[in-house]
Amino acid sequence: MHELSIVSSIVDSVTESLAAYPGATVKEVRLRVGTLAAVIEDSLQFCYGIATEGTLLEGSKLVVKMLPVVMHCERCGQDVEISSLQSFRCPQCDEPVSDLRQGRELEIESIEIDEVEEKA
Amino acid sequence: MTTRIVELRRGILKKNDELAAGLRERYTKAGVLVLNLVSSPGTGKTAFLERTLRELRARGARAAALVGDLETDNDAKRLAASGAPVRQINTHGICHLEAGMVGKHLEGWDLGALDYLFIENVGNLVCPSSYDLGEKIRVALLSVTEGEDKPLKYPTLFNSADAAVITKMDIAEPCDFDRVEALKNIREIRPRIRIFETSAKTGSGMEEWLGYLAEERG
Repeated sequence: MHELSIVSSIVDSVTESLAAYPGATVKEVRLRVGTLAAVIEDSLQFCYGIATEGTLLEGSKLVVKMLPVVMHCERCGQDVEISSLQSFRCPQCDEPVSDLRQGRELEIESIEIDEVEEKA
Repeated sequence: MTTRIVELRRGILKKNDELAAGLRERYTKAGVLVLNLVSSPGTGKTAFLERTLRELRARGARAAALVGDLETDNDAKRLAASGAPVRQINTHGICHLEAGMVGKHLEGWDLGALDYLFIENVGNLVCPSSYDLGEKIRVALLSVTEGEDKPLKYPTLFNSADAAVITKMDIAEPCDFDRVEALKNIREIRPRIRIFETSAKTGSGMEEWLGYLAEERG
């Protein structure tokens, strides 16, 4: 259960970015999370409410986009999606695959904010 | 009020990744081979490491260890009996080691005077997989008492490992340990990984493991 430390890093990172938008309110924080990132969305959501309390992110929504595992298959010469985490084999030719191309991402893609309009 | 979407595209663990990259550079410059040992609590990481340190020192290699636990310095005391320099990292509740903790505990150590540095992570098969410690080799350990399907249950960790060690092979038989099944499961998650079948008690499999260490150090 390291989701709380992950969410705390998100709060720090977003707060830092908000310095460029004084007075803005955060509506949404969007993440890209690979299936192999060892992070559970439910735990992230649970911790998000706690960790954002009293910060500029309080009341915002956390949107998590899960990314499937993609490996490169040497035999087929192409990137293939792995549907089961219990077997790292090419779904087309059954070759074992170890060249990871996607699946460990753990990043903030974007934030949606409401900006205060400057007076003319 | 205007709504705006700000693209960030920023790694959540960027700070850890940057610190880990800095450590990796230091290790490479110093010529020390660094390994990160990860397993469940009770797999026998400490016993395996005790034996490894002892055998390496007997061969004249210079090895040291950092050991992570939530509380107590019991493991550091056990490992220090080998004569190797050892430091304990207490995470006080945090379930994994982070690059920053490693960097802090390396202060004052001359890495150039070491051939090997072992980092024994907190016993946990989930969280340590997300945190790079700058190691060259991540070792996943599994004991014969844990069940042959453990790699299938914890694929995120086993898939990120560079080598796998099976421990407590001396009690494999009374545990009805199916070694063929265990090897198959590890390779199903991490094809072509090097696997060492060891016993810290009898020393079986240690020769091959030490050979691998020497090979990787180059």
